[in-house]
Amino acid sequence: MMDRRDFVRQLLTGRGDLLVVPGLGSATYDVAAAGDHPLNFYLWGAMGGTTMIGLGLALARPDRRVVVIPGDGDLLMGLGSLATIGVKQPNNLVIVVLDNARYGETGMQPSHTDAGIDFVAVALACRFKHARTVSRIEEAADVRDLVHKGDGPILVNAKIDPEDVPRVLPLRDGHAIKQRFIAALHSA
Amino acid sequence: MHSPTTIETSWPDAIHAHFRRAGVRQVGYVPDAGHSRLITLCKDDPDIADVVLTTEEEGVGLVAGAALGGQRAALLMQSSGVGNCINMFSLLRNCGFGCVVLVTMRGEFGEFNPWQVPMGAITEDVLRLSGFLTYRIESADAVDEIVGAGCDMAFDGDLQVAILLSQRLIGRKQWTR
Repeated sequence: MMDRRDFVRQLLTGRGDLLVVPGLGSATYDVAAAGDHPLNFYLWGAMGGTTMIGLGLALARPDRRVVVIPGDGDLLMGLGSLATIGVKQPNNLVIVVLDNARYGETGMQPSHTDAGIDFVAVALACRFKHARTVSRIEEAADVRDLVHKGDGPILVNAKIDPEDVPRVLPLRDGHAIKQRFIAALHSA
Repeated sequence: MHSPTTIETSWPDAIHAHFRRAGVRQVGYVPDAGHSRLITLCKDDPDIADVVLTTEEEGVGLVAGAALGGQRAALLMQSSGVGNCINMFSLLRNCGFGCVVLVTMRGEFGEFNPWQVPMGAITEDVLRLSGFLTYRIESADAVDEIVGAGCDMAFDGDLQVAILLSQRLIGRKQWTR
């Protein structure tokens, strides 16, 4: 299993013009810790909706790569969205789920993945082009390649340590996060 | 005098025409009898990406993502679907994403199924409490004006607008089996 901060930092190294949508809670803190960027759409709520924001964005901007980074609890709450993405087959969308098999924000209670529920199998059943689990930090570079070049939709289940790490808090004003993202995307 | 067929086919066309005029590029929906013609019009429109959802709350995320990417999106749902969206609607309010939701009403005038009534009876209140401006349409001749105004408010003003299509307008659901 991997250190979450180390993995996300390597995932976003040399990110270029990548559009990044992290889910609420630790995923947003991890992405902020890797370096603030106007093309991060930080979420502080909307649990279960992260991957659908990625789909709307991927459909609107087929010329850009979109990576969605939910936690396992977030993805479990929006599991049906994998079926919706499977119908649309966006080739520029990659989901990298940070799976510590815990609900970190509420006290580290075990999630469904702790009982063996398998996102990779679900994604493949939902007609994702590629889905895999990674659990070694040496694989982070491969995941980065998938994010930038893989034929989507792709899901990567990143197994991370269930440890508490210090919070890194980015912008929280939703209007500001949105306007900054749109301004950066449309000036490019 | 006009035939019922004319009315049935005209108001969804009027909504679709406003989607085109307003530049709506994504439409999210859960299959619905009342919206069936509008859904077909959107699917057949090469300028609109139709996104069939497993649950209506997925559509709220879709609208936000579309807006981040510079596209306008609309949602079509039945009144029961409004209840599925409540927490996710906060995304629209927190970030000021403009949104048009077309809601076909169940659980009111002429409803045969009592299980539709509890949600249908609170749909408009739920939308208002969730931050939406709501407009209700009872007859086909009001569709053009209200949907046009709703699209302008949503997309030019970044407001959340819900338009309720009453059961009198869409017709009672027929028990066909």
